[in-house]
Amino acid sequence: MLESQRSFNVDETGQGPAVDRRDFVKICALAAASVGLPAAAGLKMAEAAAAGLKPSVIWLHFQECTGCTESLLRTSHPALAELILDLISLDYCETLAAAAGYQAEAALKSAMEANAGKYICVIEGAIPTKDNGIYCKIGGRTAVDIVNDVAGKAGAIIAIGSCASWGGIPSADPNPTGAQGAPQVLAGKTVVTIPGCPANPYNFLGTALQFVALGTLPALDAKGRPMFAYGRVIHEDCPRRPHFDAGRFAQAFGDEGHRQGYCLYKLGCKGPATHANCSRLDFGEVGAWPIGVGHPCVGCTEQSMLWHTAIHETVEVSRPTPPDTYPPIHAPQGGTSAVAAGIAGVVGGALIGAGWMAAKKVGGAEDKGSSPDKGA
Amino acid sequence: MALDRRSFIKSVAVGGVAAAGAALPAAASERPVAPEGALGMLYDATLCIGCKTCVVACKQANDRQPDPGPWGEEHLYDAPLDLNENTKNIIKLYREGDTYSYMKQQCMHCVDPACAAACMLHSLQKDPVTGIVGYDPQYCVGCRYCQMSCPYNVTKFEFSKALPLIVKCELCRHRVKDAAVKGPDGFTRYPGGQGQACCEVCPRGAVISGRRDELLAEAKRRIAAAPGKYFEDRVFGETDGGGTQVLYLSRVPFEDLGLPKLGPEGVPRTAYAVQEGIYYKIPFAAPIGLFAVLAGVIYRNKRAEQVAGAEGGAKR
Amino acid sequence: MSNHEAVHAPVGGRLMTRPFTILLAFAVVGAIAAAYRFANGIGSVSNLSNGYPWGVWIAIDVVVGTAIGCGGYAVGLLVYILNKGQYHPLVRPAVLTSLLGYGLAVLAVVIDLGRFWGLWKVPIFVWRWSHSPQLEVALCVAAYTMVLVIEMSPALFEKLRAGAASGTRRFAENALRVLEKNFFWILALGLLLPTMHQSSLGTMMLLPGPKVHPLWFTPWLPLLFVVNCIIIGFAVVTLEATFSAAAFGRPRETRMLASLLHVAAWVAIGWAAFRVVVVALSGKLGFLASGYGVAFLAEVGLLVVAGAILLSPERRSRPACQVRAAMIMLLGGILHRVNTYLIAFRPGAHFSYFPAVPELLITFGIIATEVAIYIAVVKTLPILQGPPAKHTA
Repeated sequence: MLESQRSFNVDETGQGPAVDRRDFVKICALAAASVGLPAAAGLKMAEAAAAGLKPSVIWLHFQECTGCTESLLRTSHPALAELILDLISLDYCETLAAAAGYQAEAALKSAMEANAGKYICVIEGAIPTKDNGIYCKIGGRTAVDIVNDVAGKAGAIIAIGSCASWGGIPSADPNPTGAQGAPQVLAGKTVVTIPGCPANPYNFLGTALQFVALGTLPALDAKGRPMFAYGRVIHEDCPRRPHFDAGRFAQAFGDEGHRQGYCLYKLGCKGPATHANCSRLDFGEVGAWPIGVGHPCVGCTEQSMLWHTAIHETVEVSRPTPPDTYPPIHAPQGGTSAVAAGIAGVVGGALIGAGWMAAKKVGGAEDKGSSPDKGA
Repeated sequence: MALDRRSFIKSVAVGGVAAAGAALPAAASERPVAPEGALGMLYDATLCIGCKTCVVACKQANDRQPDPGPWGEEHLYDAPLDLNENTKNIIKLYREGDTYSYMKQQCMHCVDPACAAACMLHSLQKDPVTGIVGYDPQYCVGCRYCQMSCPYNVTKFEFSKALPLIVKCELCRHRVKDAAVKGPDGFTRYPGGQGQACCEVCPRGAVISGRRDELLAEAKRRIAAAPGKYFEDRVFGETDGGGTQVLYLSRVPFEDLGLPKLGPEGVPRTAYAVQEGIYYKIPFAAPIGLFAVLAGVIYRNKRAEQVAGAEGGAKR
Repeated sequence: MSNHEAVHAPVGGRLMTRPFTILLAFAVVGAIAAAYRFANGIGSVSNLSNGYPWGVWIAIDVVVGTAIGCGGYAVGLLVYILNKGQYHPLVRPAVLTSLLGYGLAVLAVVIDLGRFWGLWKVPIFVWRWSHSPQLEVALCVAAYTMVLVIEMSPALFEKLRAGAASGTRRFAENALRVLEKNFFWILALGLLLPTMHQSSLGTMMLLPGPKVHPLWFTPWLPLLFVVNCIIIGFAVVTLEATFSAAAFGRPRETRMLASLLHVAAWVAIGWAAFRVVVVALSGKLGFLASGYGVAFLAEVGLLVVAGAILLSPERRSRPACQVRAAMIMLLGGILHRVNTYLIAFRPGAHFSYFPAVPELLITFGIIATEVAIYIAVVKTLPILQGPPAKHTA
């Protein structure tokens, strides 16, 4: 940490502890750098914040476990305190708000009116759509109505976590509530999705801070996922890839291969089919991620994997690449089957033999050939 | 009068020897040379680290399926053992005790290609400007004579398909949109993403693209800079088999890398000398002449027979 | 041609005899395998590979098959150029054998070609013609097959002329007259075209130069192939004439065959000598001390043995000897072609090839079809010599 730990203490005037400008610029620069934004972005964030132009963020919670928020709470660059106090204005967030009830809903309404068209709408959790969406109601309104209302006037919509991205665990069979992700409910709108269970918080931070600093969203793929984080599958960046290429696999949990840290493909690793950057970013600030601790990737970002494929099931490698071995200059090709050789020999021999024998028969009669009609 | 047997045999013998003799010139029937703008590649086996990125890039650029190879059903890898209908470029390993070398194999784009010489309707054809030996399936009947003819066994055929095609490296000519330009390093190349995929991704520059004359000069510069390092202090493809546009530098003997020993004559020259000698030197003179002789003899024999027949007694 | 109706007559008789049924069975099995090939690709029925793209379909059904179809060519040279009219009765069945040989070689080509639907472009797209020897073979074989059909047509027209309807009779008469007038140049074509494409079949194997064993790689291949096909032609005519006469109770042509085989003997020995001389003069005798040397000596030796047998007038006038010597000669000739196209073709020591079972079945099926059609045609059309004269005018 650059400076002393910040506290949440708020004095009577409602202001937080004072921080001098140099430290604040450093915080912004660090925040920008840690999510891969250019240095100038950090300066812009600081200037915007100093001018009191902190972008408004409205955070909606629906069918979720709050794991994504929890995951965000454990970030350190920027620390959540700096984020929500200095860089953005978190105008509505059910998890972290001090207010409740009508007061909270009023804050939501006024934030929407004050920042219409400019605020970031973050959606955490799936949205039930069955039976008119009654399975999730907040303040008397269904999740469907809330999300259409709030996202309708947002400047950017970010769905954090697999639940908000494509339905997540509430959408697992038989999906009794008709849970769907935000992009399906908000059909036609640009929704950035940050899937993961939980999502890697830095993928969210990078996206959100880019919008804050530069007003743009990162390049997205067909499912709305930022390419900088979800452009490649785990298999492409996995540190255990050399083991895969050399054909060294753990065959069972706890066996010698497992202890040696070999590839977990045969234990059902979904790495070859899962778009994410877990191997490059790790989780929880301690460098941990599932494969790193010896458990195969379960494909938590992919709708086709998580909750729809058994953990032990192996997946297809969609773009196989060469293994660790080399073909020789002259690899033997072709061969003979005994059956074919036999058939060829028998038929050839029969023809020659028959002809040879027939010669004698033919030589029997004389030239003038009055041999009886043999009718061949 | 009808020819009698002796004189017939004599004339056939003489005619045959004469025709054959005319057809066996000192095989110098229009020796092709590389076009001025001939493009190619230079592969320096001493720089190659066997990473196989070129194999992956080629598959992607050419939309080929992976080949499970010896791993069979599992489909975890792309592990072809040789060039095949799904593999236009491959890295092989030569190892003999402590000596080893990687070998990148793909079409050599010969200056005098046997495959194009074999092809009946120029389905395989050498581009007059770039010298690339390209394949146009429109005129291909799948006879596989090109496979028989290629001394490097490069042309592959889709034996597994009911609607098969010939498959081989075409120097990524399908990616080209803009003109090639001479870069600061002295090599003429297409803009990024439009050139040979293998050359664009090689992390060591073991295979580089450019014009054939530029690459030849570079190869000779490397040889001169390190005498004794390269096998026979020469670059394979300068004259081998009439010359190729893909050139090779190697520490180990070229034959160990699977490159056949070829003289300076183009591979198809002997066949073409005979064929063109008989038929095309004086276009179709031989067949027309022979036809005239045969028709004349048969006609005369028939007339003589009819005359004899009219004089009584059917001889036929 | 005016006396042919007395000379040639259909054999008649039941078609579905046991040998015929066996042949049909082979043909049907081959057809099924061929159907599978068309549905699933060449690789599904054969061991053809990138190392050995040509196998028994080309080497045997096409290269040897067309040589077996050179009976008409060989006899035609004797009868129409050397004016040996005494061989005339051999001509029609030889031409039939030729037509079948070439027709089924074309079928084999269609089965072997991976993209056979593009074949029509070969004769039409003149502006794209290359100097490939194979192009010459393709065009020439197609033309020759048509010439053979024309050469066979008198048999058909004679049958029609002896038919019931007067309209057809008149048409057949006119056709025969037109043919008679033009036969001299049709025949000349029928002698020119095989010379051309049989020699080009030899030239074809010069193109893979470095991959052909030195004992077979010689610019004399075209000449070797032409004379080789004449030798095979003589042998096939002998076998076909003898077995047909025996099987269908027709007059023997032993004396005719004896003198034909005398010519053949000298041609065979001459070919073998020339072959050895060429190899010796190009300094390749050293290669004889190898497996390939054995193949070389076999193809040369078989012809020398056959020729030696037939040099004796006593032996060559015995039908049994004629047949056996002809078989040896045929084997020797076939061996040269199979050697050139398969055995001596060396793509690399790591490649190997032996035909697969369905591949063999297709090969046998094609040959069986050829023999079956031959039998069917000689029974229905006037091809063979008529039965011994019944002494009524």
